[in-house]
Amino acid sequence: MDMNLSLTSSSIAAPTQSRSYWHVVARQLRHEPVAIASAFVLFLIVMAAVFAPWIAPADPFKASMLKRLLPIGSSGFWLGTDELGRDMMTRLMYGGRLSLVMGVVPVFAAFFIGTSIGLFAGYVGGRINMVIMRVLDVFYAFPSVLLAVAISGALGPGMSNSLIALTLVFVPQVVRVAESVTTQVRQLDYIEAARLSGASAFSIIRFHVLGNVLGPVFVYATGLLSVSMILASGLSFLGLGVKPPEPEWGLMLNTLRSAIYSNPWVAALPGALIFITSIAFNLLADGIRSAMDIRR
Amino acid sequence: MKTLATETLKTPMTTDFDPQDRGGPAQPLLVVNNLKKHFPVRGGFFAREKKFVHAVDGVSFAVAKGKTLGIVGESGCGKSTTARLIARLMAPDSGSMVFDGDGVAEYGGMALKEYRRNLQMVFQDSFASLNPRMTIVDTIAYGPQVHGMEAEKAMTEARELLSRVGLEPDQFASRYPHELSGGQRQRVNIARALAFHPRMVILDEAVAALDKSVQAQVLNLLQELKAENQLTYIFISHDLHVVHYISDEVMVMYLGQVVEQGPVEKIYSSAAHPYTRALLSAVPSMDPAHRTQHSPLSGDPPNPINPASGCRFCDRCEFTQDVCKSTTPSLKLVQGESEHVVACHMNDQHSGYTRQGAMR
Repeated sequence: MDMNLSLTSSSIAAPTQSRSYWHVVARQLRHEPVAIASAFVLFLIVMAAVFAPWIAPADPFKASMLKRLLPIGSSGFWLGTDELGRDMMTRLMYGGRLSLVMGVVPVFAAFFIGTSIGLFAGYVGGRINMVIMRVLDVFYAFPSVLLAVAISGALGPGMSNSLIALTLVFVPQVVRVAESVTTQVRQLDYIEAARLSGASAFSIIRFHVLGNVLGPVFVYATGLLSVSMILASGLSFLGLGVKPPEPEWGLMLNTLRSAIYSNPWVAALPGALIFITSIAFNLLADGIRSAMDIRR
Repeated sequence: MKTLATETLKTPMTTDFDPQDRGGPAQPLLVVNNLKKHFPVRGGFFAREKKFVHAVDGVSFAVAKGKTLGIVGESGCGKSTTARLIARLMAPDSGSMVFDGDGVAEYGGMALKEYRRNLQMVFQDSFASLNPRMTIVDTIAYGPQVHGMEAEKAMTEARELLSRVGLEPDQFASRYPHELSGGQRQRVNIARALAFHPRMVILDEAVAALDKSVQAQVLNLLQELKAENQLTYIFISHDLHVVHYISDEVMVMYLGQVVEQGPVEKIYSSAAHPYTRALLSAVPSMDPAHRTQHSPLSGDPPNPINPASGCRFCDRCEFTQDVCKSTTPSLKLVQGESEHVVACHMNDQHSGYTRQGAMR
């Protein structure tokens, strides 16, 4: 057994020589081939998006009436061109930047906000919990797509507004998961034992509750990444998110709609990327879920 | 097993001066006065009358320093609720506690945090009482750090405690709870409780989930630790053999109330309450010639929701008379005894019960 893996931990119960939880998880994740493959695919997509200005073959905004809707495999345009003759490969790379941001940012925001509210509600319990949860149930009453469209529509189009809308859609869902796990954890004997140690509520939440709640919530949030990307693309598709000519996968899907009969393969490309990315997120989430069960 | 118990029983109180011992040897370490906890029952939305489960209903007792008080009773009689009330994991509806002369969590008394450092608890479920995300050495060292000990010192002490409870620190310190067996985990829980240098430890069914051989090891360990650290135990169990072995004093609970309390040998040899009698005769005998021939008790305990007045045991008692159904008996000294109390009309000359001594 390799016991000296972790020497750094900021917790007050800092182990001097121990196998920290996340090291165990990381080691177990190495035995999940599907998760590794998904992580690799995601890595490629993220890299392509991040380094798009340096590695993209063309200018994403340079249109050409003569080269409209070239098929996949055309010379100079490996993935063809869109309805305005812009290079698809370049636009897909640039589009990844916005799409990934729209996928990741709302989930992260909702993860932090939702976990905090959920921990609080679950740990305090009683009436306060009930009030918080019933208020959030109001959001739950709407299908998430409808809610995102409604909030986004009310705030007006634009990228930051769609980010806010998506965050608001995800917060109640994350709260619900965090709250239910916290409620379960709170009544376990080790929380009683911690209370018996005289620790403050904050310390108990920080060292005993949080660690045991974070896992399930994290896994749930990872699953939301793909939903967020698809919803964001949906908002752009409806004209509520990113505005043309900005490249974004959902928006590209919208504008290429007209070419679906003349050049279906090119028109399907943004959709395929959305699909691949969200599948990869989901498979990675699955892998992390099983790696987080350190009791194996 | 028995010889060890009598030995510890006769161990004289330590004569060394203990700076923690404020009240002196005669002051009971813990005095509990009229502790009550009634849980509201959810009636329907239109239910007018609020109903309450009388989980703990006026429990009073005292534990002498260096002794072990065993609390026995059927499931649901309020043993564990009493333990949680004593540890203040739950706020009692009424009642007070005095720890070595200081009122607990009252004005001018002892702060709750200080009280909890002095009083620790070991739970029945050895797995649920350990944080699955913490290595066991971290779990043990957590408590002292809450009370301001430096991390490094707490770690060193935790490792010492581990070896004291029989777990080699180099081998076990950085393990997670799921990597230990039940007996090992319970040893960790004991070490965790001792890390506070408490004066009193509540053992709530602490050995109930362990198999017999491990149970014996843990019980012996508990006895050793008690002698070493001048501990006082409250030992809650439904296992009468174990209680007999470890206790100096035994308290019998029935439906949230104390029905009998006294020195262990008195309770086991001359129980004065019909319920205690029934409990004891239900204990399986080691001798096949003395097997239990007829069921000592029939039926379940009555519903603890808003119990009727009168003796709570009267529905199941073979000696019931009218007075038992109308008047609640209170704890009174058994005739000719100085420490043995019982709550039964048969013991009270003036209760109006006509067949005094019928049980004998």
